[in-house]
Amino acid sequence: MSQEILNQLSQYIGCELLKQPDRVIQPDEALLSSGMIDSFHLVDLGLFIEEKFGIRIDDFELSASTFDTLNQLVALIESRR
Amino acid sequence: MLTFSDFLKQHYERNPAQVSVFILHGGRPDRPVTYRELMFGAMGYVRTYQKNGIQPGEVVILILQHGIDLLYAYFGAILCGAIPSIMPFLTEKLLPERYHTDLAALVNVTKPTAIVTYPEFEPDVHAVVKPGEDSIKAVIVSNQVDNPSEPDFAVFGGLQRKPEDIVLLQHSSGTTGLQKGVALSHQAVINQLKDYSEVIKMQPDDVFVSWLPLYHDMGLIACWLMPILLGRPLVIMSPFEWIRAPYRLLQAVSRYKGTLSWLPNFAFNFCAQKIRERDLEGVDLSSWRAISNCSEPMRWDSLQAFYERFKKQGLHQEALVTCYAMAENVFAVTQGGMNGPVDYEDIDRDSLQIEKVAGPAMLNKPYVRMLGAGKPIPNTTVRILDARGHPLPDRAVGEVVLKSDCMLTGYYHRQDATEKAITNGWYLTGDFGYLVDGELYITGRKKDLIIVSGKNIFPQDLEQLAYEVPGIHAGRASAFGVFNDITGTEDVVLVAEVETSDIIERQKITEDVRTSITRGSAVALRYVHLVDTHWLVKTSSGKTARSANREKFLNEMQAKGQKF
Repeated sequence: MSQEILNQLSQYIGCELLKQPDRVIQPDEALLSSGMIDSFHLVDLGLFIEEKFGIRIDDFELSASTFDTLNQLVALIESRR
Repeated sequence: MLTFSDFLKQHYERNPAQVSVFILHGGRPDRPVTYRELMFGAMGYVRTYQKNGIQPGEVVILILQHGIDLLYAYFGAILCGAIPSIMPFLTEKLLPERYHTDLAALVNVTKPTAIVTYPEFEPDVHAVVKPGEDSIKAVIVSNQVDNPSEPDFAVFGGLQRKPEDIVLLQHSSGTTGLQKGVALSHQAVINQLKDYSEVIKMQPDDVFVSWLPLYHDMGLIACWLMPILLGRPLVIMSPFEWIRAPYRLLQAVSRYKGTLSWLPNFAFNFCAQKIRERDLEGVDLSSWRAISNCSEPMRWDSLQAFYERFKKQGLHQEALVTCYAMAENVFAVTQGGMNGPVDYEDIDRDSLQIEKVAGPAMLNKPYVRMLGAGKPIPNTTVRILDARGHPLPDRAVGEVVLKSDCMLTGYYHRQDATEKAITNGWYLTGDFGYLVDGELYITGRKKDLIIVSGKNIFPQDLEQLAYEVPGIHAGRASAFGVFNDITGTEDVVLVAEVETSDIIERQKITEDVRTSITRGSAVALRYVHLVDTHWLVKTSSGKTARSANREKFLNEMQAKGQKF
């Protein structure tokens, strides 16, 4: 289950946010603190997670202190399902 | 009213219980601050500044986010007679070392005597400051400031300042911007506030609503100084919070019956695309009477998209207005749409780009929809000049130059930059445009400046960061902006020559360039284009090398049918 979520997130981030479809994102790579995901993309990420996985992330949770890696994001999503 | 302190004193004496600012923080109740509280809090800073030996006319750098500390620290500096300057705040993606370099550059040129920041950030400031060697007398930490107390007007050095004295400095971010502070006098700012408030027809029930950064002229002048000094409520939130939840702006307008806001072009697109219907429940935007599009090239499509999306919430079409502004004129140069719908016209693209004349669109030929920036505000004159400095007639494209009663005193400690920018009393904006019956249309930029989301980015700052990447040699990169119709702002592109043709190595270099630039400037590169050696155009007649490289890049992308 979590591998599937991981893949879906990785693909969304690579294709839609970074516009680099071939980009492979490691599960423990820093997404927010590295600047890989720009602040302008946070809203998109939040919308995608809500639409795809049915869980709501509050806007003040869209920060590196709540999740910074794919692993952490997957854990967050699973905890709310 | 000769100086800022006179305005503040008057509000304190006449309407102390009036709320000046509502500070909005997500997850906390909105915090109202009355003029009385503002003066009491500022007094605490006055005592602290004076205890640390800060004198009138000295520069105080504020590294603080939107909040009560910034409000008190800023006006405390003003009341002292010191010159406040807000430094862009460190975001989580900027490498601390790079921030240190930028701060050091600012300290070196501006020679401030104090820096104010939060306790968490104090170590970063101390990493830069060299006691005894540089100008800094004190690093002031926000939780170690004197408590708010009753204002003592006898000690306010600010009341002795003269109208022609410098009142504040304003910088663009980045290494280049931080070394070119725009110095503004009390008189210039007060003139702008008087002229501009007339143009926007300021009324007793006006309420300003903003998320704009305060180190930039639009946020600082229109959405900080104007409401606070002229006595209208300001509802303010942090740009970091708005970007994660753009609906916060609209909800605040509804809640406070906001009437006035200023937004960069991209924000119209961003709001139209990223706000959920659910977050608009009960939101009423009918009070919004003027939303000025300003600080980057304005598009008619962006205003339309915003209107279409929010008209159900009572948004008026007439509320969408335009503005052309710059710190060198304190803020507004022109304002459009206040006396009727904004002007726009369809112009033949070839006529504009090749012949440099704004001729009418013709059947079956490509055209550009130009949005008018409005007419000059009172006491500001605008002219269009050719390359030799001669005025051009209507519809001829040339450099926009201006003269007014609200011009900069100069670039602080930068005589060289000041002399280059002002000729015979006219400020050379470096923007291209044309006039039609007094209405100004902006067509482009002479400078290589990139503007993303209303923020100025100097390409040389990005190129320097690219040169730090192994595989890219100094001088072999070029950065420029390309307008993106969907976001309504520019994408940043960097082209760099590399010797290797190995795909894996090129991928690594691309990654390293992205990282270097993000961590060094907080700018997100849209596209890194690696090319073979000898690709870059070095010199070219009539245009800068960067714009020639940009043209070459766009032609190549088009030829390949490649979107990027």
